[in-house]
Amino acid sequence: MTDTAPTEATTGVPFTLNGKDLEAKDGELLIEAAERNGVHIPRFCYHPRMESVGMCRMCLVEVDTGRGPGLQPSCMLTVTPNMLVNTESESTKAAQDGVLELTLINHPLDCPVCDKGGECPLQDNAFAFGPGESRFVEEKRHYEKPIPISDLVFLDRERCILCDRCTRFADDVAGDPLIHFIDRGNQTQVNTFPGLPFSSYFSGNTVQICPVGALTSKPYRFTARPWDLAENESTSTVDSTGARIVLQSSQDKLVRILGVDSDAVNWSWLSDKERFAYEATNAESRLHDPMMDTSGALESVRWNAALGAAVNALALAPSKIGVIGGARMSVESQYAWAKMLKGLAGIDNIDAQLGDGIDAEAIMSLPRATIDEAAQPGGVIVLVGIDPKEDLPTLYLRLRHAVVKDGASLIEMTPRATGLSEFASARIHTQPGSLGVIAQSLGTGMVGTSVAGVSARQLTDASKLLKSKRPVTVIVGRGNLAERDGYTVAALKSLRSGFPEAKFLSALRRGNIHGALEMGLTPGLLPGGQPLDTEIDGWITTPAERGLDTEGILRSAVKGEISTLLLLGSDPLTDYPDRNLVREAFDAVTNVVSVDAFLTESSQRANVVLPTTLAGESAGTFLNLENRLSPIRSKVTGPGQTRDDWMIAADIAAVAGGDLGFSTVSEIREEISALIPTFADIDWSEVDAAGDGPLIASSPLVGSDLRTSGADYSVPVPSGDYGLRLVVDRKMWDLGTMVNESASQSQLHTEAYAGLASADATRLGVFDGDKVAVTAGDHQASLAVKVIAGLPAGSVHIPFRLPGFDPGEAISASFPVNEVAVEVESS
Amino acid sequence: MSRLTAQNQEVAAEIISRYPRAKSALIPLLHLAQEQDGYVADDAMEHLAELVGVTPAEVLGTCSFYEMFVRHPVGKYKIDICTNISCQLVGGEELLHHAEETLGIRAGGTTDDGLFTIEDVECIAACTEGPCLQVNYRYEYRLSNSDFDNMIEGLRDGSRDDVPPHGTLGLTRQHIPQDHLAGIGSPETTPMPAWFESRQPEPEAEGA
Ligand code: SF4
Ligand code: FES
Ligand code: FES
Repeated sequence: MTDTAPTEATTGVPFTLNGKDLEAKDGELLIEAAERNGVHIPRFCYHPRMESVGMCRMCLVEVDTGRGPGLQPSCMLTVTPNMLVNTESESTKAAQDGVLELTLINHPLDCPVCDKGGECPLQDNAFAFGPGESRFVEEKRHYEKPIPISDLVFLDRERCILCDRCTRFADDVAGDPLIHFIDRGNQTQVNTFPGLPFSSYFSGNTVQICPVGALTSKPYRFTARPWDLAENESTSTVDSTGARIVLQSSQDKLVRILGVDSDAVNWSWLSDKERFAYEATNAESRLHDPMMDTSGALESVRWNAALGAAVNALALAPSKIGVIGGARMSVESQYAWAKMLKGLAGIDNIDAQLGDGIDAEAIMSLPRATIDEAAQPGGVIVLVGIDPKEDLPTLYLRLRHAVVKDGASLIEMTPRATGLSEFASARIHTQPGSLGVIAQSLGTGMVGTSVAGVSARQLTDASKLLKSKRPVTVIVGRGNLAERDGYTVAALKSLRSGFPEAKFLSALRRGNIHGALEMGLTPGLLPGGQPLDTEIDGWITTPAERGLDTEGILRSAVKGEISTLLLLGSDPLTDYPDRNLVREAFDAVTNVVSVDAFLTESSQRANVVLPTTLAGESAGTFLNLENRLSPIRSKVTGPGQTRDDWMIAADIAAVAGGDLGFSTVSEIREEISALIPTFADIDWSEVDAAGDGPLIASSPLVGSDLRTSGADYSVPVPSGDYGLRLVVDRKMWDLGTMVNESASQSQLHTEAYAGLASADATRLGVFDGDKVAVTAGDHQASLAVKVIAGLPAGSVHIPFRLPGFDPGEAISASFPVNEVAVEVESS
Repeated sequence: MSRLTAQNQEVAAEIISRYPRAKSALIPLLHLAQEQDGYVADDAMEHLAELVGVTPAEVLGTCSFYEMFVRHPVGKYKIDICTNISCQLVGGEELLHHAEETLGIRAGGTTDDGLFTIEDVECIAACTEGPCLQVNYRYEYRLSNSDFDNMIEGLRDGSRDDVPPHGTLGLTRQHIPQDHLAGIGSPETTPMPAWFESRQPEPEAEGA
């Protein structure tokens, strides 16, 4: 809740509301205390997740604290003992009348054409509490409208009632104060600086919280009327935060996603990527029919033919098949595929991560923290690798709140400055290849000297915090795709042994990746983190030996040991970091079977493409990064002949003569609960109920020794004198399939750039915007220079999947770190 | 027009150094920008945003709140003529009309030579001295039409050198040597003053 509200109700505060004696929580705002006791006080500017500002005066109520009754804004007033409150008195009503009449003086009465009409707090309040008519006969004020304040949000200044919600959100919550009140008094308006749009990753939230129709979103504008919308509460599958959402549809088409206030997860906020993800679901380019390549090109075929071909391609020894992907599916679908592949066919070459994650067993053996624990007031957050603002933006908002408002301290151990750097107490920016040794020095407390370019001062600051007896949460993700994950595993190992009390929050970013790992879509594990030799009821077999991860699968494919690739909603050709390796693998294999919703670069190379539904079209469950279960609900029907992922697994099993033993999602859930220990106590009705959703139990892996074979402490020696070490990470908006298929988001990514440390830029004599030649083997590109804060000298930062240059061309998975040459262009 | 000149950047740095938080220096910096260009240019606002570490939108929000900051070019002399009630009773409107006629511009306009801008303003707190005006925020009291003409004449021929160009606040610039700065300290690290601390305990509820 807001900062003003204490976390624990210690003592009750007696007060009287409309003649009834009640108790408020200690420090509770009157507007909240009244709400909790069934009295709704009208409001515009008050928002439970933001600090009160008392801008709109709609919440005036009559309050007597012993000095006689007077009108007070209930959103600014903490309940004090024996306060007498009257929300129904004559003077309260007169105040509500007056405030509404004033608010409506310049507010246009264009509700019939306004997006907000039908769900508008101003409409509702005017109806319930307003005077009914206005004495204002003069012309209302007019502005040019609407003006785009960003690529996604339009502003209609005539409708704005100056509640300060959008501007407060931009400044306090998102940290992007790019909109602001401009001018004064009667002239006050919300606006941007000329030529500098409100290009925040979180801009869509302002549309949701605007209490009038002043802010509208480009994708939703004029597409539906609220009373025509059907809705279903669900979970965003865009990234592993698992933000709670409402899916809204009109005429069997998704038209809007709103954030739901889940106390444990997203506090009602969403990133724009999550908010507008439904556009990809609606995309024209969705696959409708199964396809097969019989005569040199993919053609639509019937399901029977496609399934038959898929079964043929999979009718090989388990070691000859490699399966990549699975993070986009629901937990139920993941279980179905795991059972089909591991339990029927005995295949273990399965990896839901695309070489961009962290060793699954290492992640799964960590003692887990929840988001609430990570963001607890006064905690210490250690950020290893990722920039949450780019990778997990909604989690970023929670962390930002913790650090800015709740006194949490942040240590970052990242390859460059992150969206949270300005609030960090220790900034440890690691050169590629040095994460392990740096974490080692922290873990062992040897912080007196600088390590791998990180100053003793930063290390000491970090060490002090880590030893300060405050609760420590390590948030760990893969910060650099051009560096082996062994360094991250090494860091985990050192932090784990140095700080045994610390808890961990996995920041693997792919949608339902944690579900995939839990369901065993990773080599060497069965569902629930169980070893391969576990006997599971109803599974006719289990893999005989540990299989390969994605890198291993691709290498075996190149060697001809794997001849069929099965892609579960994955696009390794563009998404796997080592471009050469994945290209050679695709060239070498005989069969590619793709289960996907789009014709990606990889599925275009498939012999068989099986079209799936996406979240919003299929029901199931999501397991987020804290191992919390929440429902994915269907709201619309999938296009064409698409089928849910689990059905495809069951169909393939059936065509192959087997039987997965379930035919509905609830049957799968029953089986999961019955067979997988981590789900044994799950009450599925709790998953489906509104609420935060239950956490699954810890697997036997948790607390076991971290698998250390992959841990890498060796700091690689620079290879050449002109090479810069690559730092490759992701931007929120890139050429990723789901973003790229979403009409309004596909243009929001930037061009690729060469991010340089300021020391290197000086050495090369280049400035922001100058062009440099970046060479990786045969590939050369001319990229604009961008000086990157916090990037250690000797590194070059090039984001993954942006147009202009594919750093995958420069990455070899066999090298611990990778380098490119960066030279000044001779003009 | 423009970002701060190199010389003004030095002045800006000194101004910023007087405040525990850089963004507190925004108002004096806006004056500095206005002094440089005669108005506060967009580029200048962006520059100030960089200097104090806020977004340009925040600078614009602050700048546009205050009437004294003008965000478009104005004449070298900005003449604000009061037509609010007290002045109106003693000829404020007439004075404005006279000004408009003699200068050949409407209120809000600027003469072609770029010397004068006239504004029609509300009470400027000299009600006993009406009709009155401010030229670049310097008062002129109880003006007759010929007083106005004389003032214009003096500004034109330079004899009225007591009125600096629009944007210049004072004829001298405050300079506080670094070792004379007082009260500087980060609010986060500065201990609460004793008198404040002693008031801290038991925020007794009023009326309890
Ligand atoms: S645009 Fe909407 S949210 Fe922003 S101040 Fe105006 S009414 Fe409030
Ligand atoms: S809700 Fe209290 S003043 Fe706006
Ligand atoms: S009315 Fe003119 S100065 Fe007050």
